[in-house]
Amino acid sequence: MKIKPLQIIAHIILILGVLLMIVPIWISFASSSHDSVTILTEGMKFHLGDQLARNYNEVLNEKGGWSEEVTAAKMFINSFIMALGIATLKVIISAMSAYALVYYRFKLAVPIFWLIFITLLVPLEVRIFPSYKIVSDLGLTNSYTGLILPLVASATATFFFRQFYKTIPDELLESAKLDGANAWSFFIDFLVPLSKTMIAAMFIFMFVYGYSQYLWPLIMTTAEEYWTVVMGMKIIYTESYEGVALPRTAERFAYIILSMIPPVLVVVFLQKWFIKGLIQTEK
Amino acid sequence: MSFLDLKNVTKIYPNGTKAVHETSLSVDEGEFMVFVGPSGCGKSTLLRMVAGLEDITDGDINLDGKLINNVDPSERDVAMVFQNYALYPHMNVYNNLAYGLKNRGIDKKTIEQKVNDAAKLLQISEFLQRKPSMLSGGQRQRVAMGRAIVRNPKIFLFDEPLSNLDAKLRIQMRLEIKKLQQKVGVTSIFVTHDQVEAMTLADRLAVINDGIIEQLGTPIEIYNNPKSLFVAGFIGSPQMNFLDGNLKNKTLSAEGFEIRDINSDFEGDVTLGIRPEHLIQSDNALINLKVELVEQLGSDNLVYGQLKNKNDFCYRCPGNQKVENGTELNLQIDENKYYIFDKSSGKRVN
Ligand SMILES: Nc1ncnc2c1ncn2[C@@H]1O[C@H](COP(=O)(O)OP(=O)(O)OP(=O)(O)O)[C@@H](O)[C@H]1O
Ligand SMILES: [Mg+2]
Repeated sequence: MKIKPLQIIAHIILILGVLLMIVPIWISFASSSHDSVTILTEGMKFHLGDQLARNYNEVLNEKGGWSEEVTAAKMFINSFIMALGIATLKVIISAMSAYALVYYRFKLAVPIFWLIFITLLVPLEVRIFPSYKIVSDLGLTNSYTGLILPLVASATATFFFRQFYKTIPDELLESAKLDGANAWSFFIDFLVPLSKTMIAAMFIFMFVYGYSQYLWPLIMTTAEEYWTVVMGMKIIYTESYEGVALPRTAERFAYIILSMIPPVLVVVFLQKWFIKGLIQTEK
Repeated sequence: MSFLDLKNVTKIYPNGTKAVHETSLSVDEGEFMVFVGPSGCGKSTLLRMVAGLEDITDGDINLDGKLINNVDPSERDVAMVFQNYALYPHMNVYNNLAYGLKNRGIDKKTIEQKVNDAAKLLQISEFLQRKPSMLSGGQRQRVAMGRAIVRNPKIFLFDEPLSNLDAKLRIQMRLEIKKLQQKVGVTSIFVTHDQVEAMTLADRLAVINDGIIEQLGTPIEIYNNPKSLFVAGFIGSPQMNFLDGNLKNKTLSAEGFEIRDINSDFEGDVTLGIRPEHLIQSDNALINLKVELVEQLGSDNLVYGQLKNKNDFCYRCPGNQKVENGTELNLQIDENKYYIFDKSSGKRVN
C-alpha cells in the first residue's frame, strides 16, 4: 500500500491531538507515584516512581474532613451514585417525555416543547436558591434523593430524543398498532431498541454531567458522608498545614487520577453499544 | 349484511380536505376487492379508515357483524401490508412475524408452529434469523405478507404493496398474492393506481375518483361497460380514444362521420369513446387514420396516428398485420362497441 503525503499529515495531526490529551494524564499519573518531597523539589515527573501503592492507599483510606470520618473512597461512591442516578433518570425521563411530545398529538405539545427547551436558558446555577429552598422544605438535604432529583430533567436529552423519534416512519407505529401493540409496548419494543445508540450516548454525557457537579452538592450537603469527588478536590487543594507539614502534592495527583476512573469505566462499558449503533444503521 | 360494510363513510381531514365523500360499499367474505384510481383520489384514506388508522368523520363501518367505528386498530383484527413494508428493523424475520402473535398472548409453541408454517408458505424459511436490512426487496415483501398471514386476521389490507418492486418482480408477486389469497381465502382489499394490477387481481373493482366511487363491479363488467368518461379513460391500456361529437335524433355526428340508430334519447354535445382494440380495417370505413408510429409488442401492434382533424388516435391490431409509417388506414368500429358520454357531466348515455 502506498501512503499518500496527505495521509501522513492527517496522521501527524491526529497523533498530536492524542498526545495533547494523553500527556497531561500521564504526567499526573507518573507524578502520583513519587513522594511529595520529590515533586516539590524536582517538579512533575515523566517516569514512574516507587510510591504508587502507598499514595493511592493513603488517598483512598485516610479519613479526612472536619470530623475526620469521610474517606475519598466514600466520596467516589457518592459521586458514582449521584451520577448514575442523574444519568439513568435523565435518560428515562427525557425519552418518555419526548415520546409523549412526538406521538401524542395533544394540542399543547408544541408550546410545551418550547417551554422545556427554554429551560436550557436557566441552568441550575441560576435557580440555585429556589431549588435549594424547595429541596430543603421537602427535607431532602443531605440525602441522595436531594442530590439527584433536582437535576434529573433534561431539555437537551429531550430535544435529541424528540428529533430522533421524528425520523422514525409513521408506518412503523401503524403496523405495530395493527399487530396489537399498545402505547407502552410500542415504547418498550420499538423506540427503546431503536434508540439504543442514542440512549448510550445520552447516558455517557449525562453521567459526566452528574459526576462533575460541584455547586449543587456543595450547597446541598452539610453532612460529610454525602461529600462528592469534586468537592473533595477543592478540599484537598485548600488543606491547611499546621507547622512544618508539606503540601501533599503526590496524593493530590493520585486523587485526580482516581477521580477520572468512574467516567472512563462508563465509556468503556457503553462504547461497544455506542459504536455498534453508529456503524450499523438499523433504519 | 355482508362481511365488511361501509355506510356513508366520509373523511374530512383537519385542514378541510374532503378526501372521501359519502361512500357505501360491501365486501363479501373471501372476496378480493381492489380500489383503483389516480394519485390523491382517496384510496389510501378509505383503506386506512377500515384499518382504524384514520378517524371516520361520518358514517359507519361494520366488520363481521360488529360496528368498528370506535374500535382501536389493535383490536380490529385486521392486517395491513404497507407500500414500504414497514418491517420492524431491529427484529429478525422470525420476530417480525411473531410479534403480533406474542401481543395476543399466544403460547410460544403455537407461535413457533404458526411462524414456521407461514414462512414455508411464503418460502422465507431460510431467512428467519436475518434482519430485514439483509433481505432483497422481494424477500421483504414476502416477510410483510407473512406478518399479515401469520395472524390469520379477518381482513387483509394492501396499500400499493408492489409499487417499490421492479416490473418483473411486480408481475411475479402479483400472481403470488392472488394465489395466496385464494389458498388462504381471507377477505382482502388491495389499493393500487395501476389498472393492470387492478384488473388482474380483483374479484371486484372499485374505481375511485376524487373521493367518490365512480363504478363498482367485476373487472370485465367495468371494462365492457364503463359508466362514465373517467372510468372509460382509466381502465384499459392503451387508453380509450375520445372524439368530440353531437347527438341528435339518435344520430351521432362526429367530425367526418355519422353513426345512426343509437339507443339513446340524449341530445347535445357528447364524447365518443372507442377502445383501440375495438377497431377493424375495412373498406366502407368511418375513420381515416394517418399512421405516425407503430409499436410492435409481438402479439399486437399499437398503431398511433392522427385523424383528419388532428385528433390523436390509437389502433390495436394483431402482430402479424403489417402497418407502415405514413400510410393511411380505414377503420370500422367492431360490432358497435363504442361508448357515448354526456360531454358536460361525463355520464354514459348509450
Ligand atoms: N393527513 C392529511 N391531511 C390533509 N389532507 C390529506 C392528508 N392525507 C391525505 N390528504 C389528502 O387527501 C386526499 C387523498 O389522499 P390519499 O392518501 O387517500 O390518496 P391516494 O389515493 O392514496 O393517493 P396515492 O395513490 O398517491 O397514494 C389527497 O388529496 C391528499 O392530499
Ligand atoms: Mg395512497
